[in-house]
Amino acid sequence: MSELIELHRVTPAVDVRDLRKVFSRRDKKAGRFARKKRVVLHGITFTMQRGECVAILGQNGSGKSTLVRLLSTLLFNDGGSAHVFGHDVFANPRPVRRLVNRVSVEASFFKKMSAGENLHYAARFYGMGPSETRVKIPEILGKVGFPVDRRTEPMENLSRGMQQKVALARALLTSPVLLLLDEPTTGLDPRSKLEVQEFIRDVRRTHDSTILLCTHDLAEAEALADRVGILDRGELLFLETVPEILERFEVETLEQAFFAATGRAFEAEVDEDDEDREVFA
Amino acid sequence: MRAAASTLRAELIGLGGVVERNVYLTRRYIWWDVAFMIWTIANTLTIVFIAKGIEATGGQIDVNRATTTLLIGAVVWAYLGILFEFMTETVAWERWEGTIEYTFMAPLSRAMHLAGAGFFAVLYGLIRAIILFIVVASFVDLQMPNADFLAAFVVLVVASLSFIGIGIMTAVLPLISPEKGAQLGFVAQGMLLVVSGVYYPVDVLPQWMQWISVISPATYALDGIRGAILNGAGLSTMWDEIWPLLLIGVVSAPIGLWVFRRGEMYAKKHGKLKRSG
Repeated sequence: MSELIELHRVTPAVDVRDLRKVFSRRDKKAGRFARKKRVVLHGITFTMQRGECVAILGQNGSGKSTLVRLLSTLLFNDGGSAHVFGHDVFANPRPVRRLVNRVSVEASFFKKMSAGENLHYAARFYGMGPSETRVKIPEILGKVGFPVDRRTEPMENLSRGMQQKVALARALLTSPVLLLLDEPTTGLDPRSKLEVQEFIRDVRRTHDSTILLCTHDLAEAEALADRVGILDRGELLFLETVPEILERFEVETLEQAFFAATGRAFEAEVDEDDEDREVFA
Repeated sequence: MRAAASTLRAELIGLGGVVERNVYLTRRYIWWDVAFMIWTIANTLTIVFIAKGIEATGGQIDVNRATTTLLIGAVVWAYLGILFEFMTETVAWERWEGTIEYTFMAPLSRAMHLAGAGFFAVLYGLIRAIILFIVVASFVDLQMPNADFLAAFVVLVVASLSFIGIGIMTAVLPLISPEKGAQLGFVAQGMLLVVSGVYYPVDVLPQWMQWISVISPATYALDGIRGAILNGAGLSTMWDEIWPLLLIGVVSAPIGLWVFRRGEMYAKKHGKLKRSG
């Protein structure tokens, strides 16, 4: 038994090996039945330890959301492997689904339903019955800074920041041990952004959660993560602590490190090829 | 044993969650439902008045019997429409709202997820079908002295299992084709009813359509319900309609799940679960 516990302790929370994803779509310019292929992830490899917070930085179309979708069991891979706490994400997704939850850039909800109704619905899919959610939902909404008395209002009446807080509550309601955050603060006003970031810190302090944060906010990555990786056009260039990155490229900021690693400025305009990448990734 | 019981409990809670969500949505869109009900009643009236119209223009017809025959066809059409609509919306609506990814990454089995959608669709469809039947029948003052309504109701419930199986197959269409999938569900519903004698006996159809009607559950549902309401046939005399319905249901439900699973795999391979709209 103790060996099993030890095995569980040393098993990486996330173990991704040579993970590849290719999308294809119709290419009318090239012919009626022609398809255009785009490699969105070029065989990326990394591990995350239990309780660690890793940030993956990347521009739009770099493959961040594809990586999150792959780990969420929403996509099949085209090569390589991914394990979450030792469970194969693609061959045996069911146990992975019990361990993982996600917050994405779009706080997707049934707009006519209230925050409370949306959370009840989401919780049922994780086997949480009414007696459990009646207690837990107001509690968790309070924790994310959502005014509990507004939980009966339709989602469409709530601000973007409020909706994102409900999205965080939805993810935490199921007590995930791996939390996948896909640009959780994009589009939020500065105050909401700080509140969400503070909440992520609080989750790390109070829950036994491992967090993968995909973002294009350099400061956010630096402030929240133990290690930072740069995903550029589907390739993970490195994944290290911020001091290690700065030392490696002999620079003072992550923005400069990105430039040193890719030869491009982080906020540079996307070219035609990158726009195409965004459609896929 | 305890683990199996716990898993079953979680699955049933998930099934209940789908029903609960549809109750929430029905409550929120209640006026839309009322408007749709009025439209369905008006549409059904335009069909049942055809019998009186034939008599008024000199045709020889048993108006009461013909009107009842048409009404049953219209009610079954409306019922099937609701079932297919709800099943197709299992995916289409969630795609529209963007919640589909959260639903598909949850640990609930797809069978229970779809069973929940089907269960609510049957409940909602039956309530609407009963209201529609009563309102239109009273409007045209139909006489049904021999009707066995209980037998008719049981036939419709038994037929629902097969309808849900076929509905699951159509539910996958919005996964494969986000833009046109929902419309293809209506095409399937129309095809099913046109070969099943919705407003006419099956033997007026071309031979090849009659062959297809043999595998359509709607054929047996319509025959059974008409037998119960027009001729007062009880359940004990309706085995010829009930066993094909049970057989088609037992076959179509697993096939529907298999088709859906294939569609889901296709969507996960090609990244089709992303939000649209």
